Amino acid sequence: MREVYLDNSATTRPLPEVVEAMVKTLQDNYGNPSSLHNKGLEAEKILKEARQKIARRLAASPEEIIFTSGGTESNNLAIKGIAYQYQNRGRHLITTEVEHPSVLESFLALEEEGFEVTFLKADRYGRISLEDLRESITPETILVSIMHVNNELGTIHPLADIGKIIKERNPNTFFHSDCIQSFGKMLIQPARNLVDLVSISGHKIHGPKGIGALYKRKGVELRALQTGGGQENGYRCGTENVPGIAGLIPALDALPDYTEQNPCNQELDRLRKYFIKGLEKIDRKVIINSPEDGAPHILSVSFPGTRGEVLVHSLEAKGVFVSTGSACHSKSREKSHVLRSIGLPMEQIDGTIRVSFSTYNTIEELDYALEVLAEQLEIFF
Amino acid sequence: MYKALLVRFGEISLKGKNRSFFVNKLVENIENALRETGNFQIEKSYGRIYLYIEDNPEVYIEKLKLIPGIVSISPVAITELDLEKIKELALEIFAYSAKEYPTSFKVETSRPNKDFPLTSPEISREVGAHLLMNINAGKPGRLTVDVHEPDHLLSLEIRKDKALVYTESIPGIGGLPVGTSGKGLLLLSGGIDSPVAGWLSLKRGMTLDAIYFHSFPYTSDRAKEKVLDLARILSKYGGKINLFINHFTDIQMEIRKKCPPKYTITIMRRMMFRIATELARKNKNLVLVTGESIGQVASQTLESMHVINEVTNLPVLRPLISMDKTEIIQIARMIGTYETSILPYEDCCTIFVPKHPVTRPTLKDTLEAEKDLEIEKLIAESMEKSETVIIG
Repeated sequence: MREVYLDNSATTRPLPEVVEAMVKTLQDNYGNPSSLHNKGLEAEKILKEARQKIARRLAASPEEIIFTSGGTESNNLAIKGIAYQYQNRGRHLITTEVEHPSVLESFLALEEEGFEVTFLKADRYGRISLEDLRESITPETILVSIMHVNNELGTIHPLADIGKIIKERNPNTFFHSDCIQSFGKMLIQPARNLVDLVSISGHKIHGPKGIGALYKRKGVELRALQTGGGQENGYRCGTENVPGIAGLIPALDALPDYTEQNPCNQELDRLRKYFIKGLEKIDRKVIINSPEDGAPHILSVSFPGTRGEVLVHSLEAKGVFVSTGSACHSKSREKSHVLRSIGLPMEQIDGTIRVSFSTYNTIEELDYALEVLAEQLEIFF
Repeated sequence: MYKALLVRFGEISLKGKNRSFFVNKLVENIENALRETGNFQIEKSYGRIYLYIEDNPEVYIEKLKLIPGIVSISPVAITELDLEKIKELALEIFAYSAKEYPTSFKVETSRPNKDFPLTSPEISREVGAHLLMNINAGKPGRLTVDVHEPDHLLSLEIRKDKALVYTESIPGIGGLPVGTSGKGLLLLSGGIDSPVAGWLSLKRGMTLDAIYFHSFPYTSDRAKEKVLDLARILSKYGGKINLFINHFTDIQMEIRKKCPPKYTITIMRRMMFRIATELARKNKNLVLVTGESIGQVASQTLESMHVINEVTNLPVLRPLISMDKTEIIQIARMIGTYETSILPYEDCCTIFVPKHPVTRPTLKDTLEAEKDLEIEKLIAESMEKSETVIIG
């Protein structure tokens, strides 16, 4: 059967070069980067190359990159690491209601430990009010964490404006951004936008699962959550995932370059617009939940009167893969906290699917997906 | 310390000429259930089974506790046919097993080996005196012998080549060995109730097959995996289970299209019962088993049961009929199905629930509501698309 994978915000298919690099590393460069001998050195070189490539994409220096096991760990390390390290300066933290669970749960855990947390509300399109943000920051605030691109809606938060507001109000407040959805699809310039910490993940850019990184601006300290043999400058101990890191290199190489003139992936934007056009031709009420100026690869759509999970399964029967909310809560019965938070009516939430694109999708694949979608809606609802 | 387990089966020893059939079934079930636990040997004796093991009695006991037909289990220590050794071991076991300091005890001896030089009462006296002396040392007069109502009972068994010592008795689940009471068909969903109903049927010796109604894409394949997992758990108690996965989607859609929403649940359940009956006939299942309990949901009022039951002439057993949800959950936890049952994959009942289902349907209205369905054709088609998975 034909396979059209449109769930690229959940994960992406690793590129053949990625698989090849990982296999080669497992077979040949199996040394421990900490070993003194040449087998260790070979492995260390892989780390160095990947570190440089990530740094270059973030206009950062290699020492500012910490390898982790993925986005969730990067978020945990950044948030808890800052909170524990700087708790003597103040115990107030700020985030938003529409963050990924790995961020929300980190803050809830800190709240239970006695930190004070402000959760900023979002509007109908998942945007926060910069005025609210400004007012929330106090001399006690040590950390603000705001995602770059929302994983369910594609809403883009203006990091430059946010960074400016934070540092104006309190130059000692650190700014972390979960950039897991935006990395590789958009321009990210932490230093320029006054972002101190940035989380990224390998498997959202056609790289391997189990590898991610945290950008930590020089001069920012973190309390390590995992202690041990001093790897990653002591910020994240444990023998490095060398095959995973090796797999990152070709994935990074395959990403397009973004500039201020071209800050966003045009190809993805074209796919998304094409899909929206196609949806408009379906003879049924369709509501686009994503903002028009959202990320180029994420589209949240509601078909009132249907059930998202039934749609997901009926599409999969025809080889088309999409998701309900985000993959992380698709397994729990709870309704998406993001869609609830932005105030969508229940009926609309129930009938929501998320379609997310990759540059490896083709217009022809989208045609097939649209055709199947129209047909399955007709059959099952 | 413990090198054997004594397994008692109360009820089945009463079954006259069928006894050996029952005991053999139980032995077979024990062997199946313990296959992966370790090495053991089974010895059948009058009214009891001995399980000789190498180590970890706790692990065996945990499993034996849940095998239908077992009334109680005692961990047994073994020594040579030597009175001094028996005394020593008895003291060790007594001290180890008497959790709280007992005030009275009794030693009970059976002596199938008549070659042993002392009689049963003599052995009991000797060992009892040894215990009294040693345990009371330093605590004068605290422990006494009470042959009528002892706090603590220490049993000795003098066999041909060894002496057994045991004192603890851990209750088993009781019931009858699976495979001694005929074959039923369980309507298994992914919920909490139906696996419990299945297990209770196994407990009374029934052999089980199960039918699951799958409505992809209305229910996901993960929901099907969940049902397979539940059937696997049941098969730990009941051996092999034939699980029939019925293709129910087309029927759901027809009902949706042709019947008033109020009645969809009633009609859906009637279709399920019809299919189950048809399958039971082919598969020689004598009864249907469901997880229904009065009043739990709209389809479980007496009115609903009456209307739903009308499509079958097989006996429908409902072991949970009078239980509260909390009691059902308690059993589900005990038998290990609860954690799987609460995994949140929709089953076909939860997805098609209309806003206002009829709670007191009448047969007349139901017949009217389902009159446009081509029932026989739908059933035949769905049976054709179904698959069978053998579990266990």
